[in-house]
Amino acid sequence: MGRMSILPPVIENWFASKGWSIHPHQHAMLERASQPCTLLIAPTGGGKTMAGFLPTLAELADGSHEGLHTLYISPLKALAADIKRNLRTPVEEMGLPVRIDDRTGDTPSSRKKRQRADPPHILLTTPESLALLTSYEDAARTFKGLKRVVVDEIHALAESKRGDQLMLALARLQTLCPDLRRIGLSATVDDPQAIASYLARHPDPCDIVQADPGPAPDIRMLETAEPPPWAGGGAAYAIPAVMAQIKAHNTTLIFHNTRAQAEIFFHNLWLANEDALPIGIHHGSLDRVQRERVEAAMVRGELRAIVCTGSLDLGIDWGDVDLVIQIGAPKNVKRLVQRIGRANHRYNAPSKALLVPANRFEVVECRAALEAVRANDLDGAPRGPGPRDVLCQHILIAACAGPFDADQLYAEITQAGAYASLPRAEFDACLEFCATGGYALKAYDQWQRLRKRPDGKWQLRDPRAAARIRMNLGTIQDTDLVKVRLKRTRGGKPLGEIEEAFAATLTPGDTFLIGGQTVRYEGLREMTVEVSRNPGKKPKIAVFSGTKFATSTQLSARILEMFKQDSWPSLPRHTAEWLELQREVSELPRAGSLLIESFPHDGRAHACVYGFAGRNAQQTLGLLLTKRMEELGLDPLGFVSTDYATLIWGLEELTDPAPLFDIGALREGLEGWLAGNAVMKRAFRGAATIAGLIERNTPGQRKNGRQATFSSDILYDTLRKYDPDHLLMDITREEALRGLVDFGRIEEMIARIDGRITLLQLQRISPLAAPLLLEAGKVPVKGAAEEKLLLRETEALMQQSGLSALPQ
Amino acid sequence: MNGFDFTLAGARLTALGSGALWWAEQRTLCVSDLHLGKSERHARRGGSALPPYETRDTLDRLETALEITGAHTLICLGDSFDDDAACRALPQADLNRITCLMQTRRWIWIEGNHDPAPPALGGEHAAALTLGPLTFRHIADPQSSAEISGHYHPKARLRSTSRPAFLVDAARVILPAFGTYTGGLRSSDPAFAPLMAADALAILTGPRPLPVPMPR
Repeated sequence: MGRMSILPPVIENWFASKGWSIHPHQHAMLERASQPCTLLIAPTGGGKTMAGFLPTLAELADGSHEGLHTLYISPLKALAADIKRNLRTPVEEMGLPVRIDDRTGDTPSSRKKRQRADPPHILLTTPESLALLTSYEDAARTFKGLKRVVVDEIHALAESKRGDQLMLALARLQTLCPDLRRIGLSATVDDPQAIASYLARHPDPCDIVQADPGPAPDIRMLETAEPPPWAGGGAAYAIPAVMAQIKAHNTTLIFHNTRAQAEIFFHNLWLANEDALPIGIHHGSLDRVQRERVEAAMVRGELRAIVCTGSLDLGIDWGDVDLVIQIGAPKNVKRLVQRIGRANHRYNAPSKALLVPANRFEVVECRAALEAVRANDLDGAPRGPGPRDVLCQHILIAACAGPFDADQLYAEITQAGAYASLPRAEFDACLEFCATGGYALKAYDQWQRLRKRPDGKWQLRDPRAAARIRMNLGTIQDTDLVKVRLKRTRGGKPLGEIEEAFAATLTPGDTFLIGGQTVRYEGLREMTVEVSRNPGKKPKIAVFSGTKFATSTQLSARILEMFKQDSWPSLPRHTAEWLELQREVSELPRAGSLLIESFPHDGRAHACVYGFAGRNAQQTLGLLLTKRMEELGLDPLGFVSTDYATLIWGLEELTDPAPLFDIGALREGLEGWLAGNAVMKRAFRGAATIAGLIERNTPGQRKNGRQATFSSDILYDTLRKYDPDHLLMDITREEALRGLVDFGRIEEMIARIDGRITLLQLQRISPLAAPLLLEAGKVPVKGAAEEKLLLRETEALMQQSGLSALPQ
Repeated sequence: MNGFDFTLAGARLTALGSGALWWAEQRTLCVSDLHLGKSERHARRGGSALPPYETRDTLDRLETALEITGAHTLICLGDSFDDDAACRALPQADLNRITCLMQTRRWIWIEGNHDPAPPALGGEHAAALTLGPLTFRHIADPQSSAEISGHYHPKARLRSTSRPAFLVDAARVILPAFGTYTGGLRSSDPAFAPLMAADALAILTGPRPLPVPMPR
């Protein structure tokens, strides 16, 4: 059989008319068209999307298929719209009888209704919109005839609860459409088999097709006249060099690790933009209209540079991007490689990237990352079993679609790879939670959410609850954000969102950066921050907590490995000298032991603990160690953490560190400390919202009645007091330990050093510890001290205002 | 006692860290917005099943406040129940506790917007109450003075800490909500502008009551 005969003539002719031949991996996908599951790993620009859709077009070419044939899922709404455009053109040119439509949160409801009754052949959607579709009673009719599902950017989805929700929805679809075949499209990943098992119906096999990865990327560190500063994350020193790079390329993407850093960099870039080059900014806190404008301008090739964050990471057509600049250490090699792979959107051309370390330590980290990229040593950590809060939501969605049988639902969800080993008892606990709340105290049974019917099936007690559940569907967790608009007589222009906690610190007259402009806070109206334009004034900075990525275990290990070298010819002179000086006055941290330096500084005793466990774990370590030090009478006053070390200061010198690092005591401290901690409360809010206990949206919600809703912290405190073994408390603990607390990496570090602790008592601060003093985010040791501070502040305020003199 | 003393219309009052108001001279304790039965009402109206412990927790704290002060009279300033049906649906154990607490003192239910009907638990019931120089009602009347009210669930922010707070000026006191499942309305909300004078105080509740000029 000839190689091209796999395609119907009409498609084959189209390829020929364009002078194109199909790529080997596209061919491989056609050959596997009837397999239950196939994962394609291909670089961007390799015709990956076409590879996913070619079998669909081939099957639809004769016009005999009725109803939905292929479902395409992408993590981004914009991507669905993009693909619709890019797919319609060849379909029209081939003259295929194929209807294509997209469906996202932005689709008008009239069109959505039509899609349910008369679905297109190819529907492009997101995990949330798909979950919503499966929650309708007519889901079986909507999905009738469905043959293929294409999951794009599955490497990104597989790292999040959105992916878990999607896989549960696919398990549902597989029941409705037993012949459903699954296709995953992925960027380069460390463990393709893990993604394959995640995608496939358990225990179906999944073929992995690896496309030619193309030439190795051209990545270097940006050379600047000025050396990077000792601390901080802004990389302002590199502005002139970055500007020169922008001028030398067509389109440059400038990635940042946080939104706040992107805003500051953009601000500084504009101040240096003497030629007024068209430069845009794009991050997740900006208003959708603004983001879309930047995306559209980028696709048209009108922008010379875009300052952005991970919000631009996925899928959007990167047009003529010929340079990617990463500001700040990449923290994670896999993400760096995926990002860089997107530059130079032509197949078989090397992509070009520059790393810009924001401070001296990041020079070392960037160097380690470059070596990892060259060695193709990607980092990744297994993600653990499917989260139960997502399962709870899935059970509620199933109930919206109609009465269900618990045994059948359990059998169905264990076909999702992430839930394949979920014990029945855990499923039952989730079902019980959805039905009654699952409390030790059985109260208000007559109002339970799900009720078991005489035939044994579960259904919603009140069918109207379905609307409420649908309103709260999804797993994306926003911190409490408030909208920012320009103050006008009516309908001021929306600029974006800031965190409510940040908004609360603002007083009229304060200025902050958003979308690259400095604005003045005017007031808060109906939970919208009103601002006016205020050029000129130096801004206070908007704090977006966003995600703070910790340096990966693999990258940390590479840095420690580099420290073993006798000299560092590959590092810039200034950084190599810094390390040499450290070796001279102290020593460099090693993988097999834990280095602690103690030294006096500024009248206080300091101890620097080089754990190399990543930012989050070092932060947790700081909290646990200071707690232990307080118990041991060492009077700690505060600490600060980076990805590689924690610096603690206090009144007493640390002379015997061994008792501090007893893993049992640390774990005990963790249990006690964690329970009342804000991290835990945040994790609880996430889990409780996804599991359906907290409803973000309710019908007929009052816009300005904040006293009607109460904080999720109260629910957490109540459960902790009266029902500490409740399912949600269990889920919360699991999440916190895996996520922000990152206790796993502390345990890993303690296992790595195996009791070997080197305490060096120095006369003064060491070269490696010095930058920590300049780090932002110092944490004072609280406790009884907090009330004392509040009281002192109270008295000062009363004094200032003259109110303390009033008769009482 | 852990409180902040001030004077309203000649009456010496104490704002307690628990959120209750103590009038020592009259041996009277006043609490507002208990919202007992909130989780039951939430579930009944098609919402999720909130942890059903708020009534127990609120009563625990109320009992502690009554014990510490040795109050002879308790005034509940309205919205004591999340609604009338929630009152009727209270578990027997909670009802017994309320009855027990009521036995040894004078107990006055003031009507709130959530619970206009008299509860079937006994005690006195009134739309408003005048005791000595002071008037107790659920929602503040801007024209009135020497007035103690609740309803708004005020809270105030100090440094980065936001807590339920008493709002106090020369004419009135607005109590924070005492119930466990209650949210708060910031003292800077426009709703308080016509009620509180320029020199009003916010007294943050907590381990120790913290008076500050009312944040606006």
